[in-house]
Amino acid sequence: MAKLETVQTLSKHTGRVWNVSWHSKGHTLASCGEDKTIRIWCQENSKWVNKVILTDGHKRTIREVAWSPCGNYLASASFDTTICIWDKKSGEFECNATLEGHENEVKSVAWAKSGKFLATCSRDKSVWIWEIADEDEYDCAAVLNAHTQDVKKVAWHPSDDVLASASYDNMIKLFREDPSDSDWICVATLEGHLSTVWGVSWHKDGQRLVSCSDDTTLKIWKQYLKDNNEGVAVIDGQETWKCVCTISGYHNRTIYDVCWSHTTDLIATACGDDTVRIFKEDDCSDDNAPTFSQIVCVDRAHSQDVNCVSWNPSLPEILASASDDGEIKLWKFTEL
Amino acid sequence: MPESDLDIEESPKKEVKEVSQDDNELKYTIYDVIRTIKDPEKPNTLEELNVVYEEGVEVKERTSGDVNVVRVEFNPTVPHCSLATLIGLCIRIKLERSIPYRIKLDIYIKAGAHTTEHEINKQINDKERIAAAMENPNLKEMVENCITEED
Repeated sequence: MAKLETVQTLSKHTGRVWNVSWHSKGHTLASCGEDKTIRIWCQENSKWVNKVILTDGHKRTIREVAWSPCGNYLASASFDTTICIWDKKSGEFECNATLEGHENEVKSVAWAKSGKFLATCSRDKSVWIWEIADEDEYDCAAVLNAHTQDVKKVAWHPSDDVLASASYDNMIKLFREDPSDSDWICVATLEGHLSTVWGVSWHKDGQRLVSCSDDTTLKIWKQYLKDNNEGVAVIDGQETWKCVCTISGYHNRTIYDVCWSHTTDLIATACGDDTVRIFKEDDCSDDNAPTFSQIVCVDRAHSQDVNCVSWNPSLPEILASASDDGEIKLWKFTEL
Repeated sequence: MPESDLDIEESPKKEVKEVSQDDNELKYTIYDVIRTIKDPEKPNTLEELNVVYEEGVEVKERTSGDVNVVRVEFNPTVPHCSLATLIGLCIRIKLERSIPYRIKLDIYIKAGAHTTEHEINKQINDKERIAAAMENPNLKEMVENCITEED
């Protein structure tokens, strides 16, 4: 038995909030949305307050924000086709680099743990890999046109420079740099979802992924390398990925986001039925055929669609959620 | 709770009314909003052209969290892809603005009415695509022209 209780509701945005991102130290939260602003929230006397508002960065909806692993930079991806990189070197947050190139709306932005790369994706069906050179210098290292439709999300492996992308074409693709010629290649295509894949989240071991879709299911994918013990055939390349579990029957509407906690292994979901749910892997679970149970279901977590859920990387019991209703909620998870 | 002579309806969340509507009442409320939408090309309403019709509005089973789900079907007169998408967009935007309580909306082209109906249905039910489309000034203007009520 477990529960999720509201710690605080943050209601400063006007219009839907699409995304929230935790600073790696867990003490700061960034949010963005339809009102074209980025809001930075910090704790003051145990209450979260809106410390900074970044305006004038983008001309249209800001779809996603992401803190760099070092915590010194914040990237924002917008429907205006650009990505802004913000830093506080001058004392105040300033946009010191603008990345251009996508032909239409940018949907997601993510930093590699190594600090070497940034990835972005767009409705133009492409995934871009940017190499981070010196300060404020971002060079386009690759334009990957592997998907056949709008790409919704990009997410880096927890330690390696491997990228996952989720698309309106119902597929997930994995990319890495080919060591022989430094070209980025697609090393796996994960097929199975029956509709748009809205989100992906890596397990902390980097060998499993969870994805969420418009088909109202979650899928757990596992990596099998060449010559694996389970006898799974690896036909092309060095690895294959199999869907080892489909979690269905819980979500009533599109699942917009999923987040696999790297501290507790709990999976949180954001759903179009206004609900936040938490799933936990069963104790007796078989690694090659895992099973999961829903341990928390908060009906009316928000008064409209939940767009994003994110576990605090430092405070394992804290979860943030963002909604079409313009609100962000901070939750505390307790196992009873 | 103390008894009171006045029966006060609770509104627990902001301006969103938690009134539970009779399904039929909801169906007609929705149809009433969409029937006056103007066709993008012809000087008629969607009702006049039989693009929308009462039987096309279906109140479905509520979600497990007790939220209303409504399915709206429309039958575009011309099998032109962009016009069908535009009509779907108008229906969604006008309903989003006119209905003050929580409903989840699924909008579909009448089965068999269009060769690319799956593609159109997918687009008009993807809220991210809809939101981005409405930030395009030209498209926004077209939608506004179709959904503005003439007094």
